[in-house]
Amino acid sequence: MKTAVVVFPGSNCDRDLMVALSLVTGVAPVALWHADSDVPAGLDLIALPGGFSHGDYLRSGAIAARAPVMRAVADHGRRGGLVLGICNGFQVLTEAGLLPGALMRNAGLDFICRDVTLEVVTADTPFTRGYAQGETITMPVAHHDGNFQADADTLDRLEQQGRIALRYMEDVNGSARRIAGILNEGRNILGLMPHPERCVEPAHGNTDGRRLFEGLLAVLA
Amino acid sequence: MKARVTVSLKPGVLDPQGRAILHALEGLGFAGVHDVRVGKVIELELADGTTPEAVEEMGRKLLANPVIENFRVEVA
Repeated sequence: MKTAVVVFPGSNCDRDLMVALSLVTGVAPVALWHADSDVPAGLDLIALPGGFSHGDYLRSGAIAARAPVMRAVADHGRRGGLVLGICNGFQVLTEAGLLPGALMRNAGLDFICRDVTLEVVTADTPFTRGYAQGETITMPVAHHDGNFQADADTLDRLEQQGRIALRYMEDVNGSARRIAGILNEGRNILGLMPHPERCVEPAHGNTDGRRLFEGLLAVLA
Repeated sequence: MKARVTVSLKPGVLDPQGRAILHALEGLGFAGVHDVRVGKVIELELADGTTPEAVEEMGRKLLANPVIENFRVEVA
């Protein structure tokens, strides 16, 4: 399984994500710089990490979404390649138009940094196949702009097409329909606010995130 | 030449920041404030002859997020 992690100026979860991918796949991911317009051939997964790309200037993820590397990410996704956006990576994917909706300031205006419980709404995806449908899992969140909003038609379509991957068990940040993670129509692109890479080994106190990476490995190995 | 791009949240999009400001104004004793919406103003210094259409395109491609925001361009 050949993976890559994109590094933007201001990414700060790229190392953790690389460690998680190395741990589970046994192969170190390639680091892609935001200014790269060419990416290595044969990548199975391109992952966009959390952080504060370009200082969250203008809107979270807005500048990163227009980086040269994002054209390659979009091409990869269009070909059916897997794309995973975590936290700021999710914001980048919505800003790039690869996922619908937008991530706005948390309803309570606070930066939220804690464990949350999530429902696995859709287990029938390469990202969530390691979980049972309807299973409750725990992952940490750490974000200021995690309040997912889209118009009612888009939200209905996400529900009807089974594209809500994860839902908060309680209202965390004001997200419409408590959405924590969504898929594109082809189900090969996932964006989520919680951090699976922060819960992959026993020393983290929780390993619920590990099954997301193991699920990918099972599909791609 | 200069252009000013005013970015505002679309009607109906919840604005938690605006709501916090509304509450703060009420706390200061200002009565009769029904709603507050926060946007941003982006001032551009442009080469002479830049067309308003080009500035519109900047708005569409980067300065505003069409999912949640509207924008207005004034060229001076």
